[in-house]
Amino acid sequence: MTRGIEPIQPPARPRVPIDPTRPLRLLGLFVRIGALNELQYRANFWLQILQSAIAVGTGLAVLGLVFSQTTALNGWTGSELLAVMGVHILMGGFIGAFVTPNMGRLRDDIRQGTLDFVLTKPDDIQLLSSMREIRIWQTVDVIVGGVVLATGISQLGRSIGLLDALAFGVAIIAGFLMIYCFWLVLTTVAFWIVRVDEIHELFEGVYQSGRWPVTIYPGWLRISLTFLVPIAFAVTVPAQALTGRLTLETLLLAIAFGIVLLIVTRRFFRFGLTRYSGASG
Amino acid sequence: MTTAAGVEAPSNPYGPPRLVHPLRGLLDVYLTEMRIAIAEQIQYRASNYFYMLGMVAEPVIYLVVWSTVATQQGGSVGGYTIGALAAYYIVWTLVRNINIVFTPYGWEWRIREGQLSAQLLRPLFPIVEDLGFFLGWKPVVVLLWLPIAFFLAVVFHPTITTSPLAILVFAFSLLGAYLIRSLNQSSLGLITFWTTRVGPVFQLYIAAELLLSGRLVPMSLMPAWVQTVADFLPFQYTFGFPIEALVGNLTNEQLLNGLLMQVFWIAVGSVLVRVVWHFAIRRYSAVSG
Repeated sequence: MTRGIEPIQPPARPRVPIDPTRPLRLLGLFVRIGALNELQYRANFWLQILQSAIAVGTGLAVLGLVFSQTTALNGWTGSELLAVMGVHILMGGFIGAFVTPNMGRLRDDIRQGTLDFVLTKPDDIQLLSSMREIRIWQTVDVIVGGVVLATGISQLGRSIGLLDALAFGVAIIAGFLMIYCFWLVLTTVAFWIVRVDEIHELFEGVYQSGRWPVTIYPGWLRISLTFLVPIAFAVTVPAQALTGRLTLETLLLAIAFGIVLLIVTRRFFRFGLTRYSGASG
Repeated sequence: MTTAAGVEAPSNPYGPPRLVHPLRGLLDVYLTEMRIAIAEQIQYRASNYFYMLGMVAEPVIYLVVWSTVATQQGGSVGGYTIGALAAYYIVWTLVRNINIVFTPYGWEWRIREGQLSAQLLRPLFPIVEDLGFFLGWKPVVVLLWLPIAFFLAVVFHPTITTSPLAILVFAFSLLGAYLIRSLNQSSLGLITFWTTRVGPVFQLYIAAELLLSGRLVPMSLMPAWVQTVADFLPFQYTFGFPIEALVGNLTNEQLLNGLLMQVFWIAVGSVLVRVVWHFAIRRYSAVSG
């Protein structure tokens, strides 16, 4: 800085009027862009169906194997476990469509310094970097999971009331948000340790534990799968809602823990951002 | 040496290339690749641990599920007690670490992005390079694996009965498992010369491996017909055989037989990868590289 010359003031960040529908409209926009993008590669749709079919086939074989040796696993019957598997696939579809691609891109952006392009946009940074990439073909798994879930439920011969359905919806949303928080926290670590590619493998591996109700795991593992990696909330709790095992306390706990996690994650992400040093620096 | 124009070519400052015995050259390649791999993997310890933790989740899930079944059946299932199951799946984690190889997804990337061009310029079969690199990763992996194994042993109380011969066979079978899996997955990866995307084919391979190798459960828990099918396929020599060699109380004949079958499948895999490569490489094209 030369003496006598005023330092150049950065232009004030334009004030964005608070508009509660803006995140939703943004999401809608990104879904459209994602759809347009992926419609170019229609063969991928068939590949996705093929992959989902293989996954379901393998899952059924494993269930069949377990139930060739026993009639119930820790009190869960075959149809109930089928419902759990359905929720697991369904949630996996949501994660694969909305969470994984965004977190992968965020991770690359942090490493390569291309997060600059997000930072310069006049919108919430966390929001933007969480919805830029959407893989619509992954939602095939949401449908497949729904079918498996419906099959399991119909075998139970248990009628699903409006309250059950509502609890299921709430539990699914809460569980999804918790998984999103888990990913974002781990991706935020990239601000410090740069190479976090293997988070994907870590999550994929641990997520497989959700194929079974968390109640079968020994105590320390059950607690880890509930509060450390919130798979219990993402898969077991929604499945409990539809199999008549969910208590109100559990549902309230899911909501409360989800809110806490959202707040903590947001803080941690903002703290991580202060570590970001940009591309050409 | 003169060129067509009669101008003297600049002499090579390093002198003529030193000729070594091809076998010695290959050994050098392996050792160098291993050194690179070790340096690289030690540099990224944290991400290595992420990777391993994700991987350890798989056998822990199987162990919990089958221990639950065994408990309900009065303490054992398919001839495995809970302690034996724990031993099986803890050894599993080592075998799995050893048989991590260059995946078809790696080939997909290599071919789609034209990364292979640089490798083709070297006087070296690319698969040899992969074999060396991933082999070099193993010492680091085993070192990182030890605390995990210790933790699993403390938590799940395995009962292990083994013998010096079993340990020796186990060590050799690990190398066999690594080679068989490497060669098979390389052949699969070469499919991307034709298809660009390998996902579904690879997933089918993994599904088959899961059910036919002893990766999901010890083969004795499988229906008899599945065991018969598995006998004609290479999968169980990459998971079930090494694990059972150490903790399955196999007879000497079974141990020898297993090793011979590994040699057989290594031979098949080597021939297969050469043949596929021969046809595949003609299809390769890259833009600028």
